Amino acid sequence: MTNDKLSRRQALGLGVAALAFPAAPAALAQPAVGRAMPREFNLTLSHVTANITGRRRPAMAINGQIPGPALRFREGEEVVINVANRLREHTSIHWHGLILPSGQDGVPGISDGFQGIDAGSTHQYRFPLVQAGTYWYHSHSGLQEQSGIYGSIVIDPATPEPFGYDRDYIIQLSDWTDETPSHVIANLKRDPGYYNYNKRTLASLVGELRRAPDGAARSAIVSDRIMWGDMRMDPTDIEDVGGYTYLVNGHTPAQNFTAVFRPGETVRLRFINSGAMSHFDVRVPGLEMTVVQAHGNNVRPVTVDEFRIAPAETFDVLVRPRDGRQYQVLAESMGRQGFAQFSLATQEGLPALPLPPHRPRPVLTMADMGMNYGPKGLDRGTPMPEVDAPGHVAPMDMGGMDHSAMPMPAGGSQGMQHGAAGGMNHGSMAGMDHSSMAGMDHSAMPGMNHAAMSGMDHSGMQGMDHSSMAGMNHGNMPGMNHGAAGAGAMAGMDHGAMGHGGMGHGGMAMPDPLVNDVGAPPGARVLSYRDLRAARPLYPVREPTRIIEIRLTGNMERYFWSINGNSFSQAQPIQLHLGERARFRFVNETMMNHPMHLHGMWMMPQVGNGAENPLLHTVNIKPGSTVDVDIEADAPGGWAFHCHMLYHMETGMMRKVSVVSAPRTAAAR
Amino acid sequence: MKTKSILAAAASLGVLTLGVLQATPAQAQAMQHSTEPPFSHEVFTGAVLFEKLEYGWGLDGPNIGRWDGQAWYGGDVNRVWLKTEGETSRNGTVEGAEVQLLYSRLLGYYWDFQAGIRYDIRPRPDRFYGVIGLQGLAPGMFEVDVQGFVSEKGDLSARAEVSYDAYITQRLVLQPNVEVNLALQKVPELGVGSGFNDVEAGLRLRYEFTREVSPYIGVSYERKLGDTARYARNEGEDVGGWAFLTGIRLFF
Repeated sequence: MTNDKLSRRQALGLGVAALAFPAAPAALAQPAVGRAMPREFNLTLSHVTANITGRRRPAMAINGQIPGPALRFREGEEVVINVANRLREHTSIHWHGLILPSGQDGVPGISDGFQGIDAGSTHQYRFPLVQAGTYWYHSHSGLQEQSGIYGSIVIDPATPEPFGYDRDYIIQLSDWTDETPSHVIANLKRDPGYYNYNKRTLASLVGELRRAPDGAARSAIVSDRIMWGDMRMDPTDIEDVGGYTYLVNGHTPAQNFTAVFRPGETVRLRFINSGAMSHFDVRVPGLEMTVVQAHGNNVRPVTVDEFRIAPAETFDVLVRPRDGRQYQVLAESMGRQGFAQFSLATQEGLPALPLPPHRPRPVLTMADMGMNYGPKGLDRGTPMPEVDAPGHVAPMDMGGMDHSAMPMPAGGSQGMQHGAAGGMNHGSMAGMDHSSMAGMDHSAMPGMNHAAMSGMDHSGMQGMDHSSMAGMNHGNMPGMNHGAAGAGAMAGMDHGAMGHGGMGHGGMAMPDPLVNDVGAPPGARVLSYRDLRAARPLYPVREPTRIIEIRLTGNMERYFWSINGNSFSQAQPIQLHLGERARFRFVNETMMNHPMHLHGMWMMPQVGNGAENPLLHTVNIKPGSTVDVDIEADAPGGWAFHCHMLYHMETGMMRKVSVVSAPRTAAAR
Repeated sequence: MKTKSILAAAASLGVLTLGVLQATPAQAQAMQHSTEPPFSHEVFTGAVLFEKLEYGWGLDGPNIGRWDGQAWYGGDVNRVWLKTEGETSRNGTVEGAEVQLLYSRLLGYYWDFQAGIRYDIRPRPDRFYGVIGLQGLAPGMFEVDVQGFVSEKGDLSARAEVSYDAYITQRLVLQPNVEVNLALQKVPELGVGSGFNDVEAGLRLRYEFTREVSPYIGVSYERKLGDTARYARNEGEDVGGWAFLTGIRLFF
């Protein structure tokens, strides 16, 4: 893919084009570059015929291959990438996760001055590499990513990494369909359950009733069915699209991509999820994995047995196979529709090990729906666009406050006299740990807002018996707002309708917004964002200047998706001020997972690790959950912000984020 | 996209629908702001559904053929619908045939407000109607279509249709449905009495070879009521009865 002679010759030929694109603006410090001439890469996009399932189907390829070539960069260098569009349509290439000037980010109509690459023309990207790690690139035009326009990026670090390994493999997961992507979207539009052949049926009802131990269980089964029917929702809708063949570096499970090792070696596996619509649950029976990088950034090594990887995420793991046997690496789709798999073996060419039976398909519960019983037409998702102020702002109070660090005299209420804090907002207490608190009295709190207490751990609390607290009946609390400020749409649980009097927090069945239920056997260690601690935090801890509410909304019946009720075609940009630290409060009001990706700036989910909260480019927001994510707005310009489920983005779950230097009040119109 | 949807609206029912359009914040907002990114777009798609395409053997009456289909095209909120249904009688002549052209706008999560025109080619004399309707998914997953009509002569009538897809297995679906017609005034030249005109109930068992093609068998019961039944008897026509059905459901 890189040929020095060729690239030099082309550099001459494209000299004029290079001049037309000014070098990176001064906003990004240009690193000292060792060589005068930036290294040059050439990517050519074209229509191809692919045969992945035994049928010859139209596809799109980069340099004739799917996935496209792996781009190997070096931290600190500047690169020039010539993208030649031999497609019969408009295209673009976005460098996913790279910190670069907006104009080089490659999103037509959003990146500064970039309008896409016309059919037949060549576009030259040029940017410095200010980071190291595993990333990827893909088309940001229409549904071309699904057709094959994606590839991997590895940036070798300028300084040695804090971990060692003997072998290094890119593991790019993806999902292939024989249907054309436009056909897929049309099918979803006319019947959102088009691909779901795991619906609840009368036959499955009979089976469930037969297995039920007693009459109470049977009536629970029936009333659950009725409840979902009343909600007009389908709890078996886990993955929207079916008919996928799951690939590892373009290889089907039967083709068995093989990563070769010698016993005793440490193997680095760079997992990249380039699936258009697929979350994968990854495991290697017989081996544990040590996660050393998340989304390209070093994390404190954490050893796990399994992890879930959402679309667009990357995780680098180390494995140490001791014996010379063949290991099977399994990436099972979240909806259990299939596996991507490859082998770790001492030699190439071995047949694939037989795939295990699928784990049980997940079925959504009422808890996954945020305990919000039924849409009543309007409060589930947002059916119709609503007035959406740019940068919908929630008031800041107690943001980022760490209760565990507060001086807390035992038994005394003066240290933690919440009763005095009228209109208290617990919203941003992500990862709050109450375990060391004693003698806390919540009784007289008016206007308490629990909105976004993601990852709150009440389990170890002592002396905090809510049940005996007068006025701790959540239903009785005056002015208590659990949901989104202003809009009044509660994605979180509705305490008003639940008798909480006498209910301990330990008994609450709210799903943890950060823990993935992958169906692992008991005792297995499953990665959560909470396990990720940035090895080298980029930003000091500071208070966010604003909380911007990002409600993830949509209409499953119509299959269109939106943010704060507005599809992209109707939405205004979200404005951030250069230098501010914004807190995006994600409230997922839908029943689907949404891996939300912000271009150009790191997202720091507030998982309770303080300054070591991980730096991610994509944060998966589970159904019915609320997660706070901080963003240091340090990159001026226009940036895309969207769900990385391709068909969610295409049907509206996308925004432009404008980082502007002039502070403007959000109310200004 | 905006012009497209407005054109669609105007094409189907000018004044009425434009009033609805202007009243909504979404359109108002979209018009206010010109900051719309150049590459943003709404996905425009369409579908064709023939829920019924069937032949019925009357157990105690004549055999009949029947069709009931609808098609739509549009974006997320604004769509154009085309609906048609009709019946053939014993000798294959078309006894009833109607076509509707409707503008449709999403109201709430599950409902479409629809308005437009209906043209009855048969029975003679042919007749135009104005249509206002509500189509959507009711709690319990019932498909509902309620329509009110005003004829060119000023006669008011209404129709309600409810159906439910009970999945027995992933591909075997039992669909009960009920349709009721009623009229406010009698229209003797069309054989329509006032009050409830007729009721039709069916039970169809289809097998979804694909989502697109599903053959079915079923039974239906049809009954004309009140004055409508009297008119039919006077004409020497049947007032209804049971039929055994075979048909195919098409969805593209």
